Amino acid sequence: MYTSLAFSFMPYKTILSPRASITTQDNKNVYRTKVSRNPTMEKLQYNYLFPEISEREAQHAKKYPNAKIISLGIGDTTEPLPDVVASSMANYAYSLSTRTGYRGYGAEQGSKDLRKAIAETFYKDMGIQGAEVFVSDGAQCDISRLQMLFGSNMSIAVQDPIFPAYIDSSVIIGQTGDVEQGSGRYQNIEYMRCDPHHNFFPDLSKTARTDIIFFCSPNNPTGHAASWEQLEQLVKLAQENGSIIVYDSAYAVYITDGSPRSIYEIPGAKKVAIEVSSFSKIAGFTGVRLGWTVVPKELLYSNGFPVINDFNRIICTCFNGASRIAQAGGLASLSSEGFKSVMSLVDYYKSNAEILLETFESLGLKAYGGVNAPYLWVHFPGSNSWDVFNEILEKTHIITVPGSGFGPAGKEYIRVTAFGHRENILEASDRLRSLLL
Amino acid sequence: MSAILQNVSTSLSASTSTFVGHNNLKVIKPSHVSMAGRMSAVVKCVASPSAEKTAYKTNVARNENLAKLQAGYLFPEIARRRNAHIAKNPDAKVISLGIGDTTEPIPEVITSAMSKRSEVLSTVAGYSGYGAEQGEQKLRAAIASTYYAGLGIEENDIFVSDGAKSDISRLQVLFGSNVTMAVQDPSYPAYVDSSVILGQTGLFQKDVEKYANIEYMRCTPENGFFPDLSTVRRTDIIFFCSPNNPTGSAASREQLTKLVQFAKENGSIIVYDSAYAMYVSDDSPRSIFEIPGAKEVSLEVSSFSKYAGFTGVRLGWTAIPKELHYSDGFPVAKDFNRIVCTCFNGASNIAQAGGLACVSPEGIKAMHEVVGFYKENTAIIVDTFNSLGFKVYGGKNAPYVWVHFPGRSSWDVFSEILEKTHVVTTPGSGFGPGGEGFVRVSAFGHRENVIEACRRFKELYK
Repeated sequence: MYTSLAFSFMPYKTILSPRASITTQDNKNVYRTKVSRNPTMEKLQYNYLFPEISEREAQHAKKYPNAKIISLGIGDTTEPLPDVVASSMANYAYSLSTRTGYRGYGAEQGSKDLRKAIAETFYKDMGIQGAEVFVSDGAQCDISRLQMLFGSNMSIAVQDPIFPAYIDSSVIIGQTGDVEQGSGRYQNIEYMRCDPHHNFFPDLSKTARTDIIFFCSPNNPTGHAASWEQLEQLVKLAQENGSIIVYDSAYAVYITDGSPRSIYEIPGAKKVAIEVSSFSKIAGFTGVRLGWTVVPKELLYSNGFPVINDFNRIICTCFNGASRIAQAGGLASLSSEGFKSVMSLVDYYKSNAEILLETFESLGLKAYGGVNAPYLWVHFPGSNSWDVFNEILEKTHIITVPGSGFGPAGKEYIRVTAFGHRENILEASDRLRSLLL
Repeated sequence: MSAILQNVSTSLSASTSTFVGHNNLKVIKPSHVSMAGRMSAVVKCVASPSAEKTAYKTNVARNENLAKLQAGYLFPEIARRRNAHIAKNPDAKVISLGIGDTTEPIPEVITSAMSKRSEVLSTVAGYSGYGAEQGEQKLRAAIASTYYAGLGIEENDIFVSDGAKSDISRLQVLFGSNVTMAVQDPSYPAYVDSSVILGQTGLFQKDVEKYANIEYMRCTPENGFFPDLSTVRRTDIIFFCSPNNPTGSAASREQLTKLVQFAKENGSIIVYDSAYAMYVSDDSPRSIFEIPGAKEVSLEVSSFSKYAGFTGVRLGWTAIPKELHYSDGFPVAKDFNRIVCTCFNGASNIAQAGGLACVSPEGIKAMHEVVGFYKENTAIIVDTFNSLGFKVYGGKNAPYVWVHFPGRSSWDVFSEILEKTHVVTTPGSGFGPGGEGFVRVSAFGHRENVIEACRRFKELYK
């Protein structure tokens, strides 16, 4: 149905803005040190996806200064923090100016209370203790710290499409080869294709063994939450291959249909999996910066050394703990009143997702996700996602994210986030309807 | 070698460390404070030998760089010993002059900005989500104008962070494993440890207490705590901390000019750690960029930790000049920006609101008062050890006093002071082989505790 709509495609040769490169001509007279540029940085082909989207938004705003741009692109929370959470941080900040309340360095692993609260809130009955929880300044930082932990001699597998930080951090730390020009894939990364036809789960029988398997569920960008059976297969694969799963559960609280919220719901997972999560999309902490990583004591390297010991060393050496103020906010968000209030914000975004799903459905477009995650993965068959991104932006002033930014399998898709003020979601829906009908 | 197994759950308590050390402080062999890191089969968190054999292991090899590390990071180890001592002596009033942790409340002009920002986040008009990874523009501009006025460092050269320690590792990720580095000896351990983790070094050589492939630039009283650069081999990166942690020495303009020249001749990059610059009392430079030509060969890391008591709030910055280029001409700042966008997501917006207040006129005045307070502490400690006939270094331009105990092992002195005066210090050898024979006494503390600690020192060493 989509192909019958009048859409003009401008062919785009580059997927993303290619990274700045320097020729000897440009900088002839400029002093150069004798330090070689890190070759892994050279391997990165494009700018990181989300600053690129921001840049395009800024350019569009310049071009159309009177347009009311609605951002359904970067997954940025928009609703104010609940009072109970904000005031806990305000009070904590104030207490730092009192003699009895002042605190200096905190434990690098996070406050004991918060670690315990995270274990009890999210890992109840899964046998995860506070001592296995490491509080961070967010999942993106933890992913890179995990890469530092693993080192450059690791092979990784990722879903395709996927949130780009796993791939980019892998390139930076030196685990990959060069990018293949045609496909945009990096050598030495195992890309596990996730298609709607296979229920967004990879065919594990076709997946080569890698040391690390990154797995994000509910998935960014497809919104798919893996089922219990699927995760059981994944854990089995990891056991058979002796691999470590890095499970990103940042969107677990958006699950509506009873899909597993933690990898540790699967028996045996503690011996093969690390779990990373974040307060960003739970409590609107995208700017406050707070997350956590669980490393079970049972997770051992091939020589029997506990992974948790080395991760702890990384935390103590390469980090100095999340901000105490953010941690106070985190603790408040896990109190009974706090949790209720942050969950109602999650519900708000989930209702946004429902509205958007209805909109795309009414337009005859297939939209995946939106049920267990604040992302819709909309299919525009036969298209190039950057072209669709540009058309939508030009004609409706709505920012989305082109699917190919998440990997080659995203080529015909657009990611639409459900974060936004309700009135903007409704307005965006109207604009899309008037454009695409 | 006997090593005492530590149950993972206790070793991962608040001040944890993977340091498998000795509980009986008296049997510490200072040159063997290494753990049986390579005997990794010994360090397991399973309860019994038979369980060990059947415990499931993945097929993922441990990162051998982590295995190179000899012990836990220094400061969690100090904390562990402090806590063990407190547990053993519940009635003793233990005074911490070990870890350089600030103790005095943050000035209200700064905390009220953070409180306000927290509250504003609960309003529709004031809520903000993701911030720029490089930091809020106003703060970047204010840092540039406060600390680098007239030095040609602008707001877009400033990258706001969650602290210098995190930035040091991000810089190592930036540089990669194929670079060589030089450090002062002694030095703040994060430079060496992060270098090991990133795979820049060889194995630890026990006889000299150094990692292979790191160039250690000895800094002693004899050379005025500035290395003899004619004996220093070329390395890609030179870490240089001034005012120095742990020696307290601030390099002079002349010395830094030599350093910049050295870097220029060798095509090296200086990573200049200026976290204690506000403690400078004389006319020593506060920024490497005061030296002509420095912008082409250095970047600078700093922090609000020791200025505003932000050790728990977490805020710092790295300044990378536009003029700093790799050998192929590529600007270093561009790659660092990519690292910051990919491996980081910005410092907490609440901490940044505090930072903005720090560099307001009222905030700067308030920070100087806090710094002044700790400097008075430092003077008291310096006087005490001087009066006891010790050779004392530092203490003028930094909140650290570097006390010489000739011929003695620094861990022995650390233990002796802890056992007999219940005061925690930091043994010099924790900062490198050049620290042997010295103890670092930090000047962060409530005035009454610093005075009491000094009274106890006088008792012990009279």
